[in-house]
Amino acid sequence: MMRQSPNILKQNKLKQWTRITILLLLCLVILFVPFPIPDAPPTDRHIRIEASMFQFTPSEIKINKGDHVTVDLVSTDVVHGFSLDGYNFELKADPGQTSSGSFIANRTGVFRFRCSVACGNLHPFMIGKLQIGPNLLLFRGIILGFLAIIVALLSIKTKK
Amino acid sequence: MTRLDLTQFPIIQKILYSRWPQFLVRAITLAGFIFTILAGILGSIVGSHNFAIIFVWIAWWTALKLFFIPFGGRSWCSICPIPMPGEWLQNGGILQPSGKGIGLRKKWPKVLRGNWLQAGGFLMVGLFGALTLTSARITAIILLAIIVLALLLSLIYERRSFCNYLCPIGGFTGLYAQAGPVEVRVKNAKVCAEHAEKTCYNACPWGQYPLALKSSANCGLCMECLRVCPTDNIAVNMRPWGSDFGPKTKHRLDEAFLGLVMLASVLVDSAVFLGPWGQLKTAAYEIGSIPWFIFAGIFLFGALVVLPGFYAASVWVANRMGNIQNSFRKSLSHFSQVLVPLGLIAWIAFTVSFAFVKFTYILPVISDPFGWGWNLIGNSNTAWVGETTTFSLFFQVILLSLGLFWASRVARQISDSTKQALPLIAFCAVFNLSLLWLLIG
Ligand code: SF4
Ligand SMILES: [Cu+2]
Repeated sequence: MMRQSPNILKQNKLKQWTRITILLLLCLVILFVPFPIPDAPPTDRHIRIEASMFQFTPSEIKINKGDHVTVDLVSTDVVHGFSLDGYNFELKADPGQTSSGSFIANRTGVFRFRCSVACGNLHPFMIGKLQIGPNLLLFRGIILGFLAIIVALLSIKTKK
Repeated sequence: MTRLDLTQFPIIQKILYSRWPQFLVRAITLAGFIFTILAGILGSIVGSHNFAIIFVWIAWWTALKLFFIPFGGRSWCSICPIPMPGEWLQNGGILQPSGKGIGLRKKWPKVLRGNWLQAGGFLMVGLFGALTLTSARITAIILLAIIVLALLLSLIYERRSFCNYLCPIGGFTGLYAQAGPVEVRVKNAKVCAEHAEKTCYNACPWGQYPLALKSSANCGLCMECLRVCPTDNIAVNMRPWGSDFGPKTKHRLDEAFLGLVMLASVLVDSAVFLGPWGQLKTAAYEIGSIPWFIFAGIFLFGALVVLPGFYAASVWVANRMGNIQNSFRKSLSHFSQVLVPLGLIAWIAFTVSFAFVKFTYILPVISDPFGWGWNLIGNSNTAWVGETTTFSLFFQVILLSLGLFWASRVARQISDSTKQALPLIAFCAVFNLSLLWLLIG
């Protein structure tokens, strides 16, 4: 080991902290920087969703930002609900009946919708996915993962 | 590496040294355990209204992964009620050993040692989880079976054989405790070497000899060694996370297997409980039906063939990239360290996704634990369906990146070169990507 004067030690510490700050900023950029992806023109969407124990059909739906969405919830067995994460949108359908409601898809991302009326054992896991626009968070996650690997490898090299 | 010995603070030292504080906490957890069994058997069959379901699968299971393990390693085991009754009999005393304990004190069979059975237990959790997680009765029966089994085994076998070799929770906490920030170690090795009696070894319910402790996997942080050491030579250290990993630490094949089973379990749980596939949920739930057999077959194939195969392939390549050729078996064990941070953070991310949505159920079941319409604290009907917030999604992404960072770092630390680490990192990246997709895709 080389003897290091306190001054150099201080400098190294400073360097380390600058690096960490830069890294954190980079992470924030990856997570939050807006991507200029052109939105498809909004349309009217009529979506019929069948709810049965313990499945929504279709359970994966893709729409565009700004779409005017009307959901027809049809229950084929017992009473089911439909509650969309992040949207404060809820429906409840009695067996054999349709209940409808609409909202404007102004938030992008992937939102889970779940049954909101206890309908049996697996009720808490009765879930579907609504994707509005591209799933940017997934891409951000992948880029962040790459960054994580690179930083991990560098973090060890610098120590030697 | 830096350590902070907690026993240097007189208050902490006193709390740890006295058997009372721990006993009181364990008495509470034991009471809670029994209450949970009663609630499960007597209470409502609607899971979300039953204390047993919400407490075991939402509150405790979350606390274990988000609090006990990441901040205390095996700390749960130090307050776990499950081995208590058996230990009283073994010790012939409730607060402390009287020297008149009962039990045959047999040695646990050699072939059954290691983490194999615990890993098997965890596979069962994967296979039958959908039913257990939603049925308060079954949850209660399993808890009852576990505590009875622990009691019986403690009468036949020595010490905490149940904990060491059977308890699936013990397998889980033990594996991930290696990454945790707490350890029990000796202060001064010389003092121990000169002490012929090995009081600590004789007192240890886990069969550990503190002087020889290299990993925290099998130390239940029960503090018995600290209490019996005549020279106060036991330290309870706070340490950097991941201190048990390194190029020279010893690891076994069963650890690799356990680590892989955990990875497979977190994937299948995410798919079943958080995915949009209703048929998969029903298949996992209807035990004994044909869809269930298909589900079980695919799960076992994934957990026992695909994932291990993929891991073995990356180890094989990594091994060829190294300067020194180790035996394949040895490399499988050695590189399994990478699976620990990877799995730990994966489970944490899963828990954030799974449990945060359901937290609104906790107060209502305290208010009405049996689902009988009580209203003890006035919160009985406040549960709502819950939602995944944007914050939670971002948090999961950050967690998974952190896990990949940590696993990659460990991979590099235990390899000769970056080149050797890359195949393992690739394994971790693919695993993490699958989980990322399941959780936020
Ligand atoms: S190994 Fe299992 S039974 Fe033993 S203390 Fe830990 S959690 Fe409890
Ligand atoms: Cu439903």
